[in-house]
Amino acid sequence: MCHTFPALTSDRSSRICSLLYKHGSSMASNSSGSDSSDRQRIAQQRLSVIAGHLQRPVEGNSGILAAECKAQGDKLDVSSERRTVPRRRQEIMKWNGWGYSDSKFLYNKKGQAEFTGKRYRLSGMIIPGLREWMESTFGANLQHKTPAAPILNSSAVQPPTLNEAFLKELKSTGIPFSHDAEDRVFRSHGHCLHEIFALREGKIGRVPDLVVWPNCHNDVVKIVELACKHNVCLMPYGGGTSVSSALECPPEETRSIVSLDTSQMNRILWIDEKNLTAHVEAGIVGQDLERLLNESGYCTGHEPDSMEFSSLGGWVATRASGMKKNIYGNIEDLVVHIKMVTPQGVIEKSCQGPRMSTGPDVHHFIMGSEGTLGVVTEVTMKIRPMPEYQKYGSVVFPNFEMGVACLREVARQRCAPASIRLMDNEQFKFGHALKPQVSSIFTSFLDGLKKFYITKFKGFDPNRLCVATLLFEGDREKVLQHEKQVYDIAAKFGGLAAGEDNGQRGYMLTFVIAYLRDLGMDYYVIGESFETSVPWDRVLDICRNVKARIVRECKDKGVQFPPLSTCRVTQTYDAGACVYFYFAFNYRGLSDPVHVYEQVEHAAREEILANGGSLSHHHGVGKLRKEWMRETISSVGMGMLRSVKDYVDPNNIFGNRNLL
Amino acid sequence: FQPVTRVVLLIFNPMLKKRDDFEDILEERRNSSDLRYALKCYTPVLYKGLTPCKVSELKQMVLQSDQLGYVITQVSKEKGMTTDEVTGDAAAILEEMAQRLQLSTVRFFAFTLSKVFKTLFRSICVNEEGLQRLQQAIHNHPVVLLPSHRSYMDFLLMSYILYTYDLALPVIAAGMDFMGMKVVGEMLRMSGAFFIRRSFGGDKLYWAVFSEYVKIMLKNGYAPVEFFLEGTRSRTAKSLTPKLGLLNIVMDPFLKGEVFDISLVPVSISYERTLEEALYARELLGVPKPKESTSGLFKARKILSEDYGSIHVYFGQPVSVRSLAESRVNRSQFNLIPRHIPTRPSEEILSFVNDSAYRLVRAQEENMVLKPWVLLAFVLLQKQAAEDKQGTALDEFTEQAVWLRDLSRHYGAFLHWPDHIPPSEVVSSSLSLHRGLVRISEGRLLNQAVVILSCVSYRNQALNVFIRPALLASAIHTAASNRKQEIYNGFSFLRNMFSNEFILCPGATVQDFEEACYLLVKTGALQINQQEVLITERGHRTLAFLTSVLDPFLQGYQVVCRFLCEEDCLTEKQFIPAVRKFIIKHLLTGRLRYIEVLSSDLQKNALAALIRLGAVQKIKGYVENQNLYGQNKVETTKLFSFTLFISSKNILPLLSVI
Repeated sequence: MCHTFPALTSDRSSRICSLLYKHGSSMASNSSGSDSSDRQRIAQQRLSVIAGHLQRPVEGNSGILAAECKAQGDKLDVSSERRTVPRRRQEIMKWNGWGYSDSKFLYNKKGQAEFTGKRYRLSGMIIPGLREWMESTFGANLQHKTPAAPILNSSAVQPPTLNEAFLKELKSTGIPFSHDAEDRVFRSHGHCLHEIFALREGKIGRVPDLVVWPNCHNDVVKIVELACKHNVCLMPYGGGTSVSSALECPPEETRSIVSLDTSQMNRILWIDEKNLTAHVEAGIVGQDLERLLNESGYCTGHEPDSMEFSSLGGWVATRASGMKKNIYGNIEDLVVHIKMVTPQGVIEKSCQGPRMSTGPDVHHFIMGSEGTLGVVTEVTMKIRPMPEYQKYGSVVFPNFEMGVACLREVARQRCAPASIRLMDNEQFKFGHALKPQVSSIFTSFLDGLKKFYITKFKGFDPNRLCVATLLFEGDREKVLQHEKQVYDIAAKFGGLAAGEDNGQRGYMLTFVIAYLRDLGMDYYVIGESFETSVPWDRVLDICRNVKARIVRECKDKGVQFPPLSTCRVTQTYDAGACVYFYFAFNYRGLSDPVHVYEQVEHAAREEILANGGSLSHHHGVGKLRKEWMRETISSVGMGMLRSVKDYVDPNNIFGNRNLL
Repeated sequence: FQPVTRVVLLIFNPMLKKRDDFEDILEERRNSSDLRYALKCYTPVLYKGLTPCKVSELKQMVLQSDQLGYVITQVSKEKGMTTDEVTGDAAAILEEMAQRLQLSTVRFFAFTLSKVFKTLFRSICVNEEGLQRLQQAIHNHPVVLLPSHRSYMDFLLMSYILYTYDLALPVIAAGMDFMGMKVVGEMLRMSGAFFIRRSFGGDKLYWAVFSEYVKIMLKNGYAPVEFFLEGTRSRTAKSLTPKLGLLNIVMDPFLKGEVFDISLVPVSISYERTLEEALYARELLGVPKPKESTSGLFKARKILSEDYGSIHVYFGQPVSVRSLAESRVNRSQFNLIPRHIPTRPSEEILSFVNDSAYRLVRAQEENMVLKPWVLLAFVLLQKQAAEDKQGTALDEFTEQAVWLRDLSRHYGAFLHWPDHIPPSEVVSSSLSLHRGLVRISEGRLLNQAVVILSCVSYRNQALNVFIRPALLASAIHTAASNRKQEIYNGFSFLRNMFSNEFILCPGATVQDFEEACYLLVKTGALQINQQEVLITERGHRTLAFLTSVLDPFLQGYQVVCRFLCEEDCLTEKQFIPAVRKFIIKHLLTGRLRYIEVLSSDLQKNALAALIRLGAVQKIKGYVENQNLYGQNKVETTKLFSFTLFISSKNILPLLSVI
């Protein structure tokens, strides 16, 4: 649930920004539609585009609705039945890498990088610059390959520890479950580097003993009751895009671990157009939620980079943030009502008032609880009419300092577009390397001209310049006005408008980068991203120091090649910004690359904290960042959280051991 | 008390210290044109993160900084002035302070100094490897140069060397007193000096301008910042207790995350013969220091005709502030207050800066080159104190010097003793260089009274080599038994007593004790088992020598105690003259043997130690004074009320030691 590009790793990384998809590209360009009467037409067109490019999996998993839940006559499923996530996720997704099985980067026979599949805009395209970039940035070489284990070896998976009494009663409820090795392994990890690295090597640790697929809130209530009765450990599983080791089974857990997969609880139960809210089951993934709402002319506007796969319940449980939060808000701003099943019973508020003064907001015990208190089953969210008009943009700055100053000014004037992100020079170059093959000589001529203008005529140093990407959304007129305002500010900081294409490609990076990590791992390159939030006055310092710390730590730890250490400012607030770091290196010559990687990441996090950055802006704490919780929220704060846990879940049924 | 551990010993082992070789830079000057040298192409390696800016832009950055802006607003509210007025004041302060580094002036200095240096010195030796390390450091991080301070020459010499090696020229924090020398002051300014007032305790605005000016130059990598940790020239050639103000300022940008790291480079400058040698001795004896003036400088021309031997400049290993702070300082303590608001450093930071300062001064000490004359000064002074008025036979003198040479080598001293020359020649050539201080008359030596303090200043150069073993030897000497614990207690007491006198890192008593034990055991002077410390047969000579190293200081502190016992109350100003009179009385009656106790440095240190230990109390009093215009003005005067309890447990051991 990053609103930023989740990086090489990101859990929640790919976002589905429609423009990234093949058909979607037409949308931005048709922004040229002339008068406001076009609104209807554009909305229609957009709808069809969106509906079109999210090709649903062929099989369609039509058996989704379990008999019991169908019986809930009072619940109205307003949405169609096309769903992205089947129970057997491995049918469409990689078991040891990011995203869809049919989509991946590879070097073809000519040694050119290519992105396979048909799902994305980049699919089927050649990316000529990528190989050279990888070779020069990492010292990687096509001759030195580190292929992943091709198939899951079920015999490497420990046989399940089953609680027979629990199983027996579960069977009688009719809720689907499985203890198939593949199903269990798929739910034993998120997308941290060490998790994926281990899978690629065919190493499997502790995995859940059983997977259950509740179909509705009541199913969850039953499962939790049974788990309490038989002392079984429950671990909620939404989209599986965690990057905080949150899904790792605690090795010390001796009870039977049941993974509660919410993916089949994916209906929009009702839409309230008077109050602009929608009541949704928490297992729905981002792309389905947007698609289904779009069919009714609405959207939530919540677009974390991982929205293709991450789920509403996961967003709530980790305090997610979406890239368009400047218009729509982060998850805590979007949520109106939450229903969560805990071992003590169901927690929910009695009304849907937009704000209440009724003591500390109990929603804030739930948001960010990371599956330690219960399962979020249903959420009422704010919705908005779909925007009439969308426009990308980009600005080139002579250096990162100027770029940050501009973002700060934009935040000061509170005129941030739906999204504004600033990449540093390394990332700008990276983005460049990802340009697909240009079709015409004219385009490449234009590119050359642009480059000449910026570097020679304007005197920008190609090794220092950086780019901000922009996304505007709303009424056409307002967007154009807004655009002018932002470009005027940018001009004051030496920024030059650099066109819609650059902006669009910047956002494309967001989703491909997660696929790219898998390519890197084929060639001795490992990497990850992590994020923080930091006050404005510290943004530059934290960027410089953390990047330098990564370089130094890599050197100290014996990494043979200089690492890629880069950052971007991905979100602006009144009082600060969210900063994303990407870090990757060539591990040839290291005996334990993952350990080295972890040491460097640890040092980088220490550096972030020492420079006034937060422990996490939106990835959450999980088990990866637990050790810093006490210093982050103080001992008293820990005690408060602890006492809530002790009351709600005294027997630690929700025993994933995240957070505390 | 912790027993000695093997691992710790390895760190102490002075024989493991590896030092670079020296190159004489004057040699080339004697063989090629000075003019061409002064006009050579100068293209130093600069900091990689440098944003080039002019001197005037630098001032603008300071005046427009948030830090200064905050203080200006604060001061304007307090004093009821407009912010423009206060900004004007700040600009004036900055004008008075700022350097105006100019290459042309540097070239002028390069030319003249070449001429002067060649006349004064036989050689100027520098370690080129150190300069290479420095170049690397300048490229990677902002650099702070921390030379030792024994002479006015120091900073000219530093810039001269850096120019010679094509390294970035530093900006140098200099005392305001230089500004009195009109032309020279401006010349120095143009060669990179910036001037700071000696004291500006309460002046918030001054402090803000000053600290921001230094920080901005440092952070932007404008130039290496150079200052003297000791704050002032050491008149006694002992390292002075480091001053923390500037070190605190230059560490701040790292602690607050404004730079990734800062390199601190200790530089040890040792003079075979100090230009100011006699001047210092007079000053310590109470003859007032001449005010720096241009005409005074010309009067000093006569020194040009003398031979000042050689200079050794050793650029030490750059110390990373980041690694010093690692697991010592929690940098997130700065997260909760905006960084431009000046805050008093926390206890944690103060003790960190203090420890770092001691480490750096010790690093300077360790790389200080010692000439044979320094060891000769030990022997001479000990003879003198033994009332050997007749002087010493040259043979015996040489034998003692050679013995001391070997001992100091065992203790890890950086001794430049030419081994290929017979010791007697080394001794006589040393003596001839310092013929102003000693005379060989028919193979005998005759000592002169004022000269003693000059000799002391040479001996002091090697005190840091012997100080820990000497503290131990004295502790053994006074202990009633051989019990290790008792000796440790004595050591600890003495160490504490003398911590104003010598560079003894705070809180490192156990380490120092172990180091001393290690050195004495290694040289076979002591045997140490679980409980006991025993002197070996051959150890007596070493212990006798070491005890006598500390003896003048012990006696000096004792006599200051005696003096204070006889006084009830006196002001700080009265103290030095009064105690001097008291000491002279004791010297004349023969109750005190060490003439060096007359050094005001020792007297001040003793007083400071007694105040620190609570034997003497300092009381601030307010006295109403009338000034010329008849208005009442309040001034502060410090009064002392001496409550020296002989029975006080703090001080009793000192008296009994003696």
